[in-house]
Amino acid sequence: MSTLVSNEVKMPYAKIIKIYYLEAKSELLKTFRVPAFTLPSLVFPVMFYVFFGLIFNRDGLDGQMPAYMLATYGVFGVIGPALFSFGVGVAIEKDQGWLALKQCSAMPIGAYFFAKIIASLLFGLIIILELFTLGALFGNVNMTSMEWGLTLISLLLGSLPFCALGLWLGLTVKGQAAPAIVNLIYLPMSIISGLWVPISIFPDWMQSFAWALPTFHLAQLTLAIQEFHLGYSVYIHAGVLLIMSIVFLLLATRAFKKQAIA
Amino acid sequence: MSEQTPLIQVSNVSKKFGKLDALCDVSLTINQGEIIALLGANGAGKTTLINHLLGRLTPDSGNISIAGYKPGSLPARQRIGTILQSAKMPETLTIEEHIVLFSSYYLNPLPLAQILNIAGLTDLRKRRFKALSGGQQQRLFFALAICGNPQVVLLDEPTVGLDVQARRQFWQCIRELAQHGTSVLLTTHYLEEADALAEKAYLLSQGKLLHEGTCDSLKNKMGGKVIRFKTSSMQDFHTGIAGITQVQSRGQFVELVSQCAEDTLGYLFAQKIELHDLTVSQVSLEDAFLQMSSNSTPEHQLDNIKEAV
Repeated sequence: MSTLVSNEVKMPYAKIIKIYYLEAKSELLKTFRVPAFTLPSLVFPVMFYVFFGLIFNRDGLDGQMPAYMLATYGVFGVIGPALFSFGVGVAIEKDQGWLALKQCSAMPIGAYFFAKIIASLLFGLIIILELFTLGALFGNVNMTSMEWGLTLISLLLGSLPFCALGLWLGLTVKGQAAPAIVNLIYLPMSIISGLWVPISIFPDWMQSFAWALPTFHLAQLTLAIQEFHLGYSVYIHAGVLLIMSIVFLLLATRAFKKQAIA
Repeated sequence: MSEQTPLIQVSNVSKKFGKLDALCDVSLTINQGEIIALLGANGAGKTTLINHLLGRLTPDSGNISIAGYKPGSLPARQRIGTILQSAKMPETLTIEEHIVLFSSYYLNPLPLAQILNIAGLTDLRKRRFKALSGGQQQRLFFALAICGNPQVVLLDEPTVGLDVQARRQFWQCIRELAQHGTSVLLTTHYLEEADALAEKAYLLSQGKLLHEGTCDSLKNKMGGKVIRFKTSSMQDFHTGIAGITQVQSRGQFVELVSQCAEDTLGYLFAQKIELHDLTVSQVSLEDAFLQMSSNSTPEHQLDNIKEAV
Protein backbone atom coordinates (compact mmCIF):
# COMPACT_ATOMS: atom_id res chain seq x y z
CA MET A 1 0.00 0.00 0.00
CA SER A 2 1.09 3.54 -0.65
CA THR A 3 2.36 5.48 2.31
CA LEU A 4 -0.15 7.64 4.05
CA VAL A 5 0.11 11.37 3.73
CA SER A 6 0.14 13.20 7.04
CA ASN A 7 -1.12 16.57 5.83
CA GLU A 8 -4.74 15.40 6.11
CA VAL A 9 -6.93 17.99 7.80
CA LYS A 10 -8.01 16.74 11.21
CA MET A 11 -11.56 16.79 12.43
CA PRO A 12 -11.86 19.62 14.98
CA TYR A 13 -12.86 18.47 18.48
CA ALA A 14 -16.06 20.52 18.39
CA LYS A 15 -17.16 18.61 15.29
CA ILE A 16 -16.32 15.26 16.87
CA ILE A 17 -18.38 16.14 19.95
CA LYS A 18 -21.23 17.14 17.65
CA ILE A 19 -21.09 13.74 15.92
CA TYR A 20 -21.38 11.94 19.26
CA TYR A 21 -24.22 14.24 20.32
CA LEU A 22 -26.18 13.80 17.07
CA GLU A 23 -25.59 10.05 17.05
CA ALA A 24 -26.93 9.74 20.60
CA LYS A 25 -29.88 12.02 19.83
CA SER A 26 -30.78 9.98 16.74
CA GLU A 27 -30.52 6.75 18.69
CA LEU A 28 -32.87 8.08 21.38
CA LEU A 29 -35.39 9.45 18.85
CA LYS A 30 -35.27 6.17 16.97
CA THR A 31 -35.85 4.11 20.10
CA PHE A 32 -38.54 6.22 21.73
CA ARG A 33 -40.51 6.32 18.48
CA VAL A 34 -41.02 2.56 18.73
CA PRO A 35 -43.45 2.26 21.68
CA ALA A 36 -43.72 -1.51 21.13
CA PHE A 37 -40.13 -1.75 22.30
CA THR A 38 -40.07 1.17 24.71
CA LEU A 39 -43.15 0.50 26.80
CA PRO A 40 -42.58 -3.16 27.75
CA SER A 41 -38.99 -2.55 28.82
CA LEU A 42 -40.02 0.47 30.89
CA VAL A 43 -43.08 -1.20 32.43
CA PHE A 44 -42.31 -4.90 32.97
CA PRO A 45 -39.58 -4.67 35.64
CA VAL A 46 -41.69 -2.18 37.58
CA MET A 47 -44.80 -4.33 37.27
CA PHE A 48 -42.90 -7.38 38.56
CA TYR A 49 -41.55 -5.35 41.46
CA VAL A 50 -45.04 -4.23 42.39
CA PHE A 51 -46.35 -7.82 42.30
CA PHE A 52 -43.52 -9.74 43.92
CA GLY A 53 -41.99 -7.03 46.08
CA LEU A 54 -44.82 -4.76 47.17
CA ILE A 55 -47.91 -6.97 47.10
CA PHE A 56 -47.18 -10.67 47.60
CA ASN A 57 -43.99 -11.04 49.64
CA ARG A 58 -44.21 -7.73 51.36
CA ASP A 59 -43.51 -9.10 54.85
CA GLY A 60 -40.78 -11.49 53.80
CA LEU A 61 -37.26 -11.03 55.20
CA ASP A 62 -38.73 -9.37 58.30
CA GLY A 63 -40.46 -6.74 56.19
CA GLN A 64 -37.31 -6.00 54.24
CA MET A 65 -38.55 -7.62 51.02
CA PRO A 66 -39.37 -4.33 49.21
CA ALA A 67 -35.84 -3.06 49.92
CA TYR A 68 -34.24 -6.35 48.90
CA MET A 69 -36.20 -6.56 45.67
CA LEU A 70 -35.51 -2.96 44.83
CA ALA A 71 -31.93 -4.08 44.22
CA THR A 72 -32.73 -7.29 42.32
CA TYR A 73 -35.49 -5.85 40.13
CA GLY A 74 -33.19 -2.89 39.58
CA VAL A 75 -30.67 -5.32 38.08
CA PHE A 76 -33.43 -7.01 36.09
CA GLY A 77 -34.58 -3.60 34.83
CA VAL A 78 -31.24 -2.15 33.73
CA ILE A 79 -29.83 -5.20 31.99
CA GLY A 80 -32.93 -5.51 29.77
CA PRO A 81 -32.29 -2.34 27.74
CA ALA A 82 -28.56 -3.13 27.65
CA LEU A 83 -29.12 -6.60 26.23
CA PHE A 84 -31.90 -5.56 23.85
CA SER A 85 -30.48 -2.27 22.61
CA PHE A 86 -27.22 -3.99 21.71
CA GLY A 87 -28.29 -7.58 21.14
CA VAL A 88 -31.36 -6.93 19.05
CA GLY A 89 -30.55 -3.42 17.79
CA VAL A 90 -27.10 -4.28 16.47
CA ALA A 91 -28.26 -7.63 15.01
CA ILE A 92 -31.01 -5.95 13.01
CA GLU A 93 -28.85 -3.05 11.81
CA LYS A 94 -26.13 -5.51 10.85
CA ASP A 95 -28.55 -7.63 8.81
CA GLN A 96 -30.09 -4.57 7.16
CA GLY A 97 -26.70 -3.43 5.90
CA TRP A 98 -27.10 -0.20 7.88
CA LEU A 99 -24.08 -0.93 10.07
CA ALA A 100 -22.00 -1.67 6.96
CA LEU A 101 -23.04 1.62 5.37
CA LYS A 102 -22.10 3.52 8.53
CA GLN A 103 -18.73 1.79 8.58
CA CYS A 104 -18.15 2.89 4.98
CA SER A 105 -19.03 6.47 5.91
CA ALA A 106 -16.62 8.71 7.79
CA MET A 107 -18.40 8.03 11.11
CA PRO A 108 -16.05 7.30 13.99
CA ILE A 109 -17.20 3.83 15.06
CA GLY A 110 -17.01 4.89 18.71
CA ALA A 111 -19.96 7.21 18.12
CA TYR A 112 -22.14 4.26 17.14
CA PHE A 113 -21.43 2.38 20.36
CA PHE A 114 -21.53 5.54 22.46
CA ALA A 115 -25.05 6.28 21.22
CA LYS A 116 -26.28 2.80 22.08
CA ILE A 117 -24.68 2.97 25.55
CA ILE A 118 -26.32 6.35 26.22
CA ALA A 119 -29.71 5.02 25.11
CA SER A 120 -29.44 1.95 27.31
CA LEU A 121 -28.21 4.00 30.30
CA LEU A 122 -31.09 6.44 29.91
CA PHE A 123 -33.57 3.58 29.79
CA GLY A 124 -31.90 2.07 32.83
CA LEU A 125 -32.06 5.39 34.67
CA ILE A 126 -35.78 5.78 34.00
CA ILE A 127 -36.46 2.26 35.28
CA ILE A 128 -34.33 2.81 38.39
CA LEU A 129 -36.14 6.07 39.20
CA GLU A 130 -39.52 4.36 38.76
CA LEU A 131 -38.47 1.59 41.16
CA PHE A 132 -36.99 4.05 43.66
CA THR A 133 -40.18 6.09 43.71
CA LEU A 134 -42.41 3.06 44.21
CA GLY A 135 -40.10 1.55 46.83
CA ALA A 136 -39.88 4.75 48.83
CA LEU A 137 -43.59 5.59 48.61
CA PHE A 138 -45.20 2.18 48.94
CA GLY A 139 -42.51 -0.18 50.23
CA ASN A 140 -41.19 1.81 53.19
CA VAL A 141 -37.69 1.43 51.78
CA ASN A 142 -35.47 3.37 54.12
CA MET A 143 -31.97 3.88 52.81
CA THR A 144 -29.49 6.60 53.61
CA SER A 145 -28.87 9.01 50.73
CA MET A 146 -25.45 7.37 50.42
CA GLU A 147 -27.15 3.99 49.93
CA TRP A 148 -29.63 5.34 47.38
CA GLY A 149 -26.75 6.93 45.48
CA LEU A 150 -24.57 3.82 45.58
CA THR A 151 -27.46 1.64 44.43
CA LEU A 152 -28.03 3.95 41.49
CA ILE A 153 -24.36 3.95 40.52
CA SER A 154 -23.99 0.20 40.99
CA LEU A 155 -26.96 -0.46 38.70
CA LEU A 156 -25.93 2.00 35.98
CA LEU A 157 -22.27 0.96 35.88
CA GLY A 158 -23.30 -2.65 36.29
CA SER A 159 -25.33 -2.53 33.10
CA LEU A 160 -22.17 -1.92 31.03
CA PRO A 161 -20.93 -5.55 31.04
CA PHE A 162 -24.34 -6.46 29.66
CA CYS A 163 -23.89 -3.93 26.86
CA ALA A 164 -20.73 -5.85 25.96
CA LEU A 165 -22.56 -9.18 26.14
CA GLY A 166 -25.40 -7.77 24.03
CA LEU A 167 -22.94 -6.37 21.49
CA TRP A 168 -21.29 -9.75 21.07
CA LEU A 169 -24.70 -11.42 20.65
CA GLY A 170 -25.88 -8.75 18.22
CA LEU A 171 -22.84 -9.16 16.03
CA THR A 172 -23.08 -12.95 16.10
CA VAL A 173 -26.75 -13.86 15.72
CA LYS A 174 -29.25 -13.17 12.93
CA GLY A 175 -31.55 -10.17 13.35
CA GLN A 176 -34.72 -12.23 13.12
CA ALA A 177 -33.53 -14.68 15.76
CA ALA A 178 -32.10 -12.01 18.05
CA PRO A 179 -35.22 -11.17 20.16
CA ALA A 180 -35.82 -14.85 20.93
CA ILE A 181 -32.17 -15.56 21.72
CA VAL A 182 -31.82 -12.49 23.93
CA ASN A 183 -34.98 -13.47 25.83
CA LEU A 184 -33.70 -17.03 26.21
CA ILE A 185 -30.61 -15.64 27.90
CA TYR A 186 -32.22 -12.73 29.73
CA LEU A 187 -35.10 -14.47 31.51
CA PRO A 188 -33.52 -17.76 32.72
CA MET A 189 -30.34 -15.93 33.72
CA SER A 190 -32.42 -13.46 35.75
CA ILE A 191 -34.43 -16.14 37.53
CA ILE A 192 -31.49 -18.39 38.41
CA SER A 193 -29.49 -15.41 39.68
CA GLY A 194 -32.25 -14.60 42.16
CA LEU A 195 -33.54 -11.44 40.55
CA TRP A 196 -37.20 -12.48 40.81
CA VAL A 197 -37.13 -14.32 44.14
CA PRO A 198 -34.27 -14.24 46.69
CA ILE A 199 -31.50 -16.66 45.77
CA SER A 200 -31.23 -17.92 49.36
CA ILE A 201 -34.39 -20.00 48.90
CA PHE A 202 -32.85 -21.93 45.99
CA PRO A 203 -31.18 -25.34 46.53
CA ASP A 204 -27.39 -25.27 46.91
CA TRP A 205 -26.63 -26.65 43.44
CA MET A 206 -28.60 -23.83 41.83
CA GLN A 207 -26.82 -21.28 43.96
CA SER A 208 -23.44 -22.66 42.85
CA PHE A 209 -24.56 -22.56 39.22
CA ALA A 210 -25.50 -18.89 39.63
CA TRP A 211 -21.82 -18.08 40.18
CA ALA A 212 -21.31 -18.54 36.43
CA LEU A 213 -23.84 -15.80 35.62
CA PRO A 214 -22.96 -12.10 35.48
CA THR A 215 -26.43 -11.18 36.76
CA PHE A 216 -25.72 -13.02 40.02
CA HIS A 217 -22.60 -10.95 40.64
CA LEU A 218 -24.28 -7.63 39.83
CA ALA A 219 -27.19 -8.56 42.11
CA GLN A 220 -24.86 -9.48 44.99
CA LEU A 221 -22.88 -6.28 44.46
CA THR A 222 -26.03 -4.15 44.60
CA LEU A 223 -27.53 -6.11 47.53
CA ALA A 224 -24.28 -5.65 49.47
CA ILE A 225 -25.03 -1.92 49.73
CA GLN A 226 -27.89 -2.82 52.10
CA GLU A 227 -26.06 -5.84 53.60
CA PHE A 228 -28.53 -8.27 51.97
CA HIS A 229 -25.90 -10.18 49.99
CA LEU A 230 -24.81 -13.78 50.61
CA GLY A 231 -21.71 -12.46 52.35
CA TYR A 232 -18.91 -12.87 49.83
CA SER A 233 -16.49 -10.03 49.24
CA VAL A 234 -17.78 -7.35 46.87
CA TYR A 235 -14.34 -7.34 45.25
CA ILE A 236 -14.92 -10.89 44.03
CA HIS A 237 -18.23 -9.91 42.40
CA ALA A 238 -16.81 -6.71 40.91
CA GLY A 239 -13.78 -8.64 39.67
CA VAL A 240 -15.90 -11.30 37.98
CA LEU A 241 -17.97 -8.60 36.26
CA LEU A 242 -14.82 -6.86 35.08
CA ILE A 243 -13.36 -10.07 33.67
CA MET A 244 -16.66 -10.92 31.98
CA SER A 245 -16.76 -7.45 30.40
CA ILE A 246 -13.28 -7.93 28.99
CA VAL A 247 -14.11 -11.39 27.65
CA PHE A 248 -17.35 -10.21 25.99
CA LEU A 249 -15.59 -7.17 24.53
CA LEU A 250 -12.83 -9.34 23.07
CA LEU A 251 -15.42 -11.70 21.59
CA ALA A 252 -17.35 -8.71 20.23
CA THR A 253 -14.20 -7.23 18.68
CA ARG A 254 -13.52 -10.50 16.92
CA ALA A 255 -17.10 -10.76 15.68
CA PHE A 256 -16.97 -7.12 14.57
CA LYS A 257 -13.87 -7.64 12.46
CA LYS A 258 -15.38 -10.75 10.96
CA GLN A 259 -18.62 -9.03 9.91
CA ALA A 260 -16.82 -5.91 8.62
CA ILE A 261 -15.46 -8.11 5.84
CA ALA A 262 -18.74 -9.37 4.50
CA MET B 1 -2.47 16.55 -5.45
CA SER B 2 -1.63 17.19 -9.10
CA GLU B 3 -4.33 17.30 -11.78
CA GLN B 4 -2.98 14.16 -13.44
CA THR B 5 -3.30 11.90 -10.41
CA PRO B 6 -6.37 9.69 -10.80
CA LEU B 7 -8.87 9.82 -7.97
CA ILE B 8 -9.01 6.06 -7.76
CA GLN B 9 -6.25 3.85 -9.03
CA VAL B 10 -6.70 0.09 -9.06
CA SER B 11 -3.58 -1.76 -10.18
CA ASN B 12 -3.50 -5.47 -10.96
CA VAL B 13 -5.86 -6.47 -8.17
CA SER B 14 -6.59 -10.16 -7.72
CA LYS B 15 -8.77 -11.83 -5.12
CA LYS B 16 -9.68 -15.45 -4.59
CA PHE B 17 -12.59 -16.77 -2.53
CA GLY B 18 -11.46 -20.30 -1.93
CA LYS B 19 -10.74 -21.62 -5.39
CA LEU B 20 -12.92 -19.08 -7.14
CA ASP B 21 -11.24 -16.15 -8.89
CA ALA B 22 -13.43 -13.30 -7.70
CA LEU B 23 -11.14 -10.70 -9.27
CA CYS B 24 -8.35 -11.49 -11.69
CA ASP B 25 -5.68 -8.90 -12.44
CA VAL B 26 -8.13 -5.99 -12.54
CA SER B 27 -6.78 -2.51 -13.26
CA LEU B 28 -8.80 0.64 -13.66
CA THR B 29 -8.66 4.34 -12.98
CA ILE B 30 -11.32 6.88 -12.16
CA ASN B 31 -10.58 10.53 -12.83
CA GLN B 32 -12.26 13.63 -11.54
CA GLY B 33 -15.77 14.19 -12.90
CA GLU B 34 -16.09 10.89 -14.77
CA ILE B 35 -19.22 8.76 -14.74
CA ILE B 36 -18.17 5.16 -15.14
CA ALA B 37 -20.37 2.11 -15.46
CA LEU B 38 -19.25 -1.27 -14.29
CA LEU B 39 -21.25 -3.85 -16.18
CA GLY B 40 -21.51 -7.51 -15.49
CA ALA B 41 -23.83 -10.38 -14.76
CA ASN B 42 -24.46 -11.67 -11.24
CA GLY B 43 -21.28 -13.07 -9.77
CA ALA B 44 -19.08 -11.22 -12.25
CA GLY B 45 -17.22 -9.50 -9.42
CA LYS B 46 -18.83 -6.04 -9.47
CA THR B 47 -19.68 -5.93 -5.78
CA THR B 48 -16.37 -7.55 -4.87
CA LEU B 49 -14.57 -4.74 -6.65
CA ILE B 50 -16.69 -2.07 -4.91
CA ASN B 51 -15.98 -3.72 -1.55
CA HIS B 52 -12.26 -3.49 -2.29
CA LEU B 53 -12.58 0.23 -3.05
CA LEU B 54 -14.41 0.70 0.26
CA GLY B 55 -11.78 -1.24 2.18
CA ARG B 56 -14.27 -3.93 3.19
CA LEU B 57 -12.12 -6.50 1.41
CA THR B 58 -8.36 -6.52 0.95
CA PRO B 59 -6.80 -7.79 -2.28
CA ASP B 60 -4.64 -10.92 -2.35
CA SER B 61 -2.31 -9.04 -4.67
CA GLY B 62 -2.23 -5.67 -6.37
CA ASN B 63 -2.78 -2.13 -5.17
CA ILE B 64 -5.66 0.26 -4.62
CA SER B 65 -5.26 3.94 -3.90
CA ILE B 66 -8.02 6.42 -3.10
CA ALA B 67 -6.43 9.81 -3.78
CA GLY B 68 -3.22 8.39 -2.32
CA TYR B 69 -4.89 6.83 0.70
CA LYS B 70 -5.57 3.28 1.72
CA PRO B 71 -9.17 2.12 1.09
CA GLY B 72 -11.19 2.13 4.29
CA SER B 73 -8.89 4.64 6.02
CA LEU B 74 -10.56 7.76 7.41
CA PRO B 75 -9.16 10.11 4.70
CA ALA B 76 -10.39 7.67 2.04
CA ARG B 77 -13.81 7.46 3.69
CA GLN B 78 -13.97 11.27 3.82
CA ARG B 79 -13.63 11.29 0.02
CA ILE B 80 -16.05 8.51 -0.88
CA GLY B 81 -19.81 8.32 -0.69
CA THR B 82 -21.57 5.05 -1.34
CA ILE B 83 -24.81 3.16 -1.73
CA LEU B 84 -24.45 -0.48 -0.79
CA GLN B 85 -26.73 -3.16 -2.18
CA SER B 86 -30.08 -3.64 -0.49
CA ALA B 87 -29.57 -1.67 2.70
CA LYS B 88 -32.34 -0.47 5.04
CA MET B 89 -32.09 2.33 7.54
CA PRO B 90 -33.82 2.98 10.87
CA GLU B 91 -37.44 3.51 9.94
CA THR B 92 -38.57 6.02 12.52
CA LEU B 93 -36.13 8.81 11.67
CA THR B 94 -37.05 11.47 9.13
CA ILE B 95 -35.19 12.23 5.92
CA GLU B 96 -33.85 15.44 7.41
CA GLU B 97 -32.68 13.74 10.63
CA HIS B 98 -30.86 11.07 8.66
CA ILE B 99 -29.12 13.62 6.44
CA VAL B 100 -28.15 15.94 9.30
CA LEU B 101 -26.58 13.03 11.19
CA PHE B 102 -24.64 11.69 8.20
CA SER B 103 -23.49 15.19 7.20
CA SER B 104 -21.93 15.63 10.63
CA TYR B 105 -19.39 12.87 9.86
CA TYR B 106 -17.71 14.95 7.17
CA LEU B 107 -15.26 17.84 7.20
CA ASN B 108 -16.96 19.89 4.49
CA PRO B 109 -20.52 18.65 4.04
CA LEU B 110 -22.85 20.13 1.45
CA PRO B 111 -25.57 22.43 2.81
CA LEU B 112 -28.75 20.53 3.74
CA ALA B 113 -30.87 22.45 1.22
CA GLN B 114 -28.53 21.55 -1.62
CA ILE B 115 -28.48 17.85 -0.67
CA LEU B 116 -32.28 17.76 -0.53
CA ASN B 117 -32.41 19.54 -3.85
CA ILE B 118 -30.01 17.23 -5.69
CA ALA B 119 -31.76 14.14 -4.31
CA GLY B 120 -35.19 15.59 -5.08
CA LEU B 121 -36.34 15.25 -1.47
CA THR B 122 -37.01 18.85 -0.46
CA ASP B 123 -40.77 18.40 -0.10
CA LEU B 124 -40.39 15.12 1.78
CA ARG B 125 -37.83 16.27 4.34
CA LYS B 126 -40.07 15.73 7.39
CA ARG B 127 -41.20 12.29 6.31
CA ARG B 128 -39.99 9.16 8.09
CA PHE B 129 -38.08 6.47 6.22
CA LYS B 130 -40.85 3.88 6.53
CA ALA B 131 -43.34 6.20 4.85
CA LEU B 132 -41.20 6.50 1.70
CA SER B 133 -41.64 4.65 -1.58
CA GLY B 134 -38.82 2.46 -2.89
CA GLY B 135 -37.61 5.21 -5.20
CA GLN B 136 -37.70 7.81 -2.44
CA GLN B 137 -35.82 5.51 -0.06
CA GLN B 138 -33.16 5.00 -2.68
CA ARG B 139 -32.87 8.76 -3.20
CA LEU B 140 -32.37 9.14 0.54
CA PHE B 141 -29.52 6.62 0.38
CA PHE B 142 -28.21 8.70 -2.48
CA ALA B 143 -28.48 11.83 -0.32
CA LEU B 144 -26.42 10.10 2.39
CA ALA B 145 -23.84 9.11 -0.23
CA ILE B 146 -23.35 12.69 -1.41
CA CYS B 147 -23.88 14.68 1.80
CA GLY B 148 -20.18 14.73 2.69
CA ASN B 149 -19.34 16.43 -0.62
CA PRO B 150 -17.29 13.41 -1.71
CA GLN B 151 -14.91 13.38 -4.66
CA VAL B 152 -16.24 10.07 -5.84
CA VAL B 153 -19.51 8.22 -5.32
CA LEU B 154 -19.69 4.43 -5.59
CA LEU B 155 -23.18 3.14 -6.35
CA ASP B 156 -23.72 -0.61 -6.24
CA GLU B 157 -26.77 -1.39 -8.36
CA PRO B 158 -28.53 1.77 -7.23
CA THR B 159 -31.70 1.34 -9.27
CA VAL B 160 -32.34 -2.35 -8.83
CA GLY B 161 -36.01 -2.95 -7.97
CA LEU B 162 -37.13 0.55 -8.98
CA ASP B 163 -39.88 1.14 -11.52
CA VAL B 164 -39.15 3.01 -14.74
CA GLN B 165 -40.19 6.40 -13.47
CA ALA B 166 -38.27 6.09 -10.20
CA ARG B 167 -35.24 4.93 -12.14
CA ARG B 168 -35.36 7.95 -14.42
CA GLN B 169 -35.70 10.27 -11.43
CA PHE B 170 -32.67 8.59 -9.92
CA TRP B 171 -30.66 9.05 -13.11
CA GLN B 172 -31.51 12.72 -12.96
CA CYS B 173 -29.94 12.86 -9.48
CA ILE B 174 -26.77 11.25 -10.78
CA ARG B 175 -26.51 13.70 -13.69
CA GLU B 176 -27.09 16.58 -11.31
CA LEU B 177 -24.25 15.32 -9.15
CA ALA B 178 -21.86 14.87 -12.06
CA GLN B 179 -22.43 18.49 -13.02
CA HIS B 180 -20.88 19.41 -9.68
CA GLY B 181 -17.68 17.63 -10.77
CA THR B 182 -18.14 14.55 -8.60
CA SER B 183 -16.98 11.25 -10.10
CA VAL B 184 -19.43 8.38 -10.14
CA LEU B 185 -18.81 4.67 -10.41
CA LEU B 186 -21.99 2.66 -10.71
CA THR B 187 -22.49 -1.05 -11.14
CA THR B 188 -25.52 -2.15 -13.04
CA HIS B 189 -27.28 -4.99 -14.80
CA TYR B 190 -29.23 -2.46 -16.80
CA LEU B 191 -27.31 -1.75 -19.95
CA GLU B 192 -29.77 0.98 -20.73
CA GLU B 193 -28.60 2.61 -17.53
CA ALA B 194 -24.93 2.51 -18.51
CA ASP B 195 -25.85 3.83 -21.95
CA ALA B 196 -27.92 6.66 -20.48
CA LEU B 197 -25.42 7.81 -17.87
CA ALA B 198 -21.87 6.72 -18.37
CA GLU B 199 -19.19 8.04 -20.65
CA LYS B 200 -17.06 5.03 -20.02
CA ALA B 201 -17.92 1.42 -19.35
CA TYR B 202 -16.02 -1.51 -17.98
CA LEU B 203 -17.31 -4.99 -18.64
CA LEU B 204 -16.52 -7.49 -15.94
CA SER B 205 -16.97 -11.22 -16.38
CA GLN B 206 -15.87 -13.92 -13.97
CA GLY B 207 -13.53 -11.50 -12.28
CA LYS B 208 -11.82 -10.31 -15.45
CA LEU B 209 -12.15 -6.96 -17.18
CA LEU B 210 -13.16 -7.79 -20.76
CA HIS B 211 -13.69 -4.34 -22.12
CA GLU B 212 -12.86 -0.77 -21.31
CA GLY B 213 -14.09 2.15 -23.33
CA THR B 214 -17.15 4.17 -24.26
CA CYS B 215 -20.52 2.44 -24.42
CA ASP B 216 -20.44 3.05 -28.17
CA SER B 217 -17.07 1.37 -28.52
CA LEU B 218 -18.50 -1.59 -26.66
CA LYS B 219 -21.27 -1.83 -29.21
CA ASN B 220 -18.86 -1.35 -32.10
CA LYS B 221 -16.57 -3.99 -30.79
CA MET B 222 -19.47 -6.37 -30.76
CA GLY B 223 -19.94 -5.27 -34.33
CA GLY B 224 -22.35 -3.42 -36.37
CA LYS B 225 -26.04 -3.50 -37.03
CA VAL B 226 -29.05 -5.71 -36.67
CA ILE B 227 -31.06 -6.25 -39.85
CA ARG B 228 -34.53 -7.47 -39.06
CA PHE B 229 -37.27 -8.52 -41.42
CA LYS B 230 -40.10 -10.91 -42.14
CA THR B 231 -39.79 -13.25 -45.06
CA SER B 232 -41.82 -16.05 -46.56
CA SER B 233 -38.92 -17.55 -48.46
CA MET B 234 -37.36 -20.65 -46.99
CA GLN B 235 -33.89 -19.31 -47.67
CA ASP B 236 -31.17 -20.31 -45.20
CA PHE B 237 -28.88 -17.54 -44.13
CA HIS B 238 -25.30 -18.34 -43.27
CA THR B 239 -22.72 -16.51 -41.30
CA GLY B 240 -19.63 -15.45 -43.18
CA ILE B 241 -21.53 -14.20 -46.24
CA ALA B 242 -21.73 -10.46 -46.89
CA GLY B 243 -20.57 -9.50 -43.40
CA ILE B 244 -23.20 -11.55 -41.55
CA THR B 245 -21.89 -12.59 -38.14
CA GLN B 246 -25.03 -13.97 -36.53
CA VAL B 247 -28.31 -15.44 -37.69
CA GLN B 248 -31.29 -15.57 -35.36
CA SER B 249 -34.87 -16.35 -35.87
CA ARG B 250 -37.36 -14.68 -33.53
CA GLY B 251 -40.88 -15.78 -34.20
CA GLN B 252 -41.84 -14.55 -37.65
CA PHE B 253 -38.75 -12.39 -37.84
CA VAL B 254 -35.26 -13.14 -39.02
CA GLU B 255 -32.46 -11.13 -37.46
CA LEU B 256 -29.07 -10.85 -39.05
CA VAL B 257 -26.20 -9.25 -37.18
CA SER B 258 -23.87 -7.68 -39.67
CA GLN B 259 -20.44 -6.06 -39.64
CA CYS B 260 -21.43 -4.13 -42.73
CA ALA B 261 -25.11 -3.47 -43.19
CA GLU B 262 -24.66 -2.08 -46.72
CA ASP B 263 -23.03 -5.29 -48.01
CA THR B 264 -25.65 -7.46 -46.35
CA LEU B 265 -28.56 -5.47 -47.73
CA GLY B 266 -26.96 -5.51 -51.19
CA TYR B 267 -26.70 -9.27 -50.91
CA LEU B 268 -30.32 -9.64 -49.78
CA PHE B 269 -31.60 -7.47 -52.65
CA ALA B 270 -29.38 -9.23 -55.20
CA GLN B 271 -30.85 -12.59 -54.10
CA LYS B 272 -34.31 -11.11 -54.69
CA ILE B 273 -35.49 -12.34 -51.31
CA GLU B 274 -38.96 -11.18 -50.39
CA LEU B 275 -38.66 -8.81 -47.39
CA HIS B 276 -41.34 -7.27 -45.19
CA ASP B 277 -41.08 -4.87 -42.27
CA LEU B 278 -37.35 -4.33 -42.82
CA THR B 279 -35.50 -2.43 -40.10
CA VAL B 280 -31.82 -1.76 -39.57
CA SER B 281 -30.68 -0.81 -36.08
CA GLN B 282 -27.61 -0.53 -33.89
CA VAL B 283 -26.80 -3.67 -31.93
CA SER B 284 -28.20 -3.18 -28.45
CA LEU B 285 -25.84 -3.08 -25.53
CA GLU B 286 -27.77 -6.07 -24.26
CA ASP B 287 -26.58 -8.17 -27.16
CA ALA B 288 -23.09 -6.72 -26.98
CA PHE B 289 -23.06 -7.61 -23.35
CA LEU B 290 -24.19 -11.18 -23.86
CA GLN B 291 -21.75 -11.74 -26.67
CA MET B 292 -18.77 -10.36 -24.79
CA SER B 293 -19.42 -11.79 -21.37
CA SER B 294 -20.00 -15.26 -22.73
CA ASN B 295 -16.88 -17.31 -23.27
CA SER B 296 -18.86 -20.10 -24.86
CA THR B 297 -19.47 -21.25 -28.43
CA PRO B 298 -21.60 -19.18 -30.84
CA GLU B 299 -24.47 -21.71 -30.59
CA HIS B 300 -24.49 -21.25 -26.88
CA GLN B 301 -24.58 -17.51 -27.27
CA LEU B 302 -27.59 -17.87 -29.47
CA ASP B 303 -29.28 -19.82 -26.70
CA ASN B 304 -28.42 -17.10 -24.26
CA ILE B 305 -29.92 -14.49 -26.47
CA LYS B 306 -33.03 -16.53 -27.06
CA GLU B 307 -33.47 -17.07 -23.36
CA ALA B 308 -33.12 -13.36 -22.80
CA VAL B 309 -35.94 -12.60 -25.23
